[in-house]
Amino acid sequence: MGSGVAQKHDRAADPALLETVLRLGDNALILGHELSRWTSNAATVELDIALANQALDLIGQARLLLDYAGRLEGKGRNEDDLAFGRDAWDFRNVLLVELPRGDFARTILRQFFYALWAEGFYDALRQSADETLSAIAGKSAKEMAYHVRHAGEWVVRLGDGTEESHGRLAAALAELWPYTHELFMADATDEAMVAAGIIPDVAALRPAWEQGVGDAVARAGLAMPDDPWQPEGGRRGVHSEHLGYILAEMQHLPRMYPGGKW
Amino acid sequence: MTMTGERDWPLYEVFIRSRQGLSHVHAGSLHAADERMAIENARDVYTRRGEGGSIWVVRSDRITASAPADKGELFDPADSKVYRHPTFYDVPDDVECL
Repeated sequence: MGSGVAQKHDRAADPALLETVLRLGDNALILGHELSRWTSNAATVELDIALANQALDLIGQARLLLDYAGRLEGKGRNEDDLAFGRDAWDFRNVLLVELPRGDFARTILRQFFYALWAEGFYDALRQSADETLSAIAGKSAKEMAYHVRHAGEWVVRLGDGTEESHGRLAAALAELWPYTHELFMADATDEAMVAAGIIPDVAALRPAWEQGVGDAVARAGLAMPDDPWQPEGGRRGVHSEHLGYILAEMQHLPRMYPGGKW
Repeated sequence: MTMTGERDWPLYEVFIRSRQGLSHVHAGSLHAADERMAIENARDVYTRRGEGGSIWVVRSDRITASAPADKGELFDPADSKVYRHPTFYDVPDDVECL
């Protein structure tokens, strides 16, 4: 975050800020939606409630961010319009959050990867020159810190558990690892926002994230993958097929009954 | 909840203190693999609506309870000791939680 270089920024007129807020909001929305699908399906009622709580945290963050995005956009769209009225190419979430939730090991490892990233990002975002983002970050950083703790415990338990759970976690690690790189990619939009003191530089957050992941993976008895593949595209609207299915399920009711209340 | 037999997680009793100065109060029970998970599960199950400030958990099978059959000899003798009740002086209105 810039050292007091936060000169007056014409926020509403800045498409880079809108893009940035959409990226954050869409990450939270899609991951929250995917996590919510565990409700009533988790192994124990305690875990069921824990995952539902975390899904609600993410949806809550998405609401705040998409509400802000709607105001920045200035076309009269609210958070619901943005969540339920956009098509896949309008979404700006990373590919990681739209991958199929898979089994519990894959779900929990994805939560861990994302939450550890988001905790560091939101913690630094508290210093944002943008007051709205700073306020959202304050609330979100605490929530993500708990998600890290919960998912991190489970990563170790699964890796250190039975042969079955260890194998599933190892498969999840191999599957998900390539998609983590996109969390740390920066384009011209990010560079402009970093220069304006609005978002932290993700490159600076990466060492702490890698150390946190490395510690958990080691405690789980696994080795870090050595896979050079770095798929990306979600942040510029180029998505996998999975997002289409997610949106079809998430959006079909509001699209059938626009503005419906119950 | 399809786990059976010896692979079941043990039961824990959960005590929550809502704020400083009050006692931990029994909130309920839950299953967990160990103490650490019990604290996290308790946080998720019993403090969702801002009830919590502190959590205690203890394995249910570690609790020693009085036997219902002993109720008479344990508790009935107190019934006739009215002088033990603090009803012989006034508590100021401002004193809460007494």
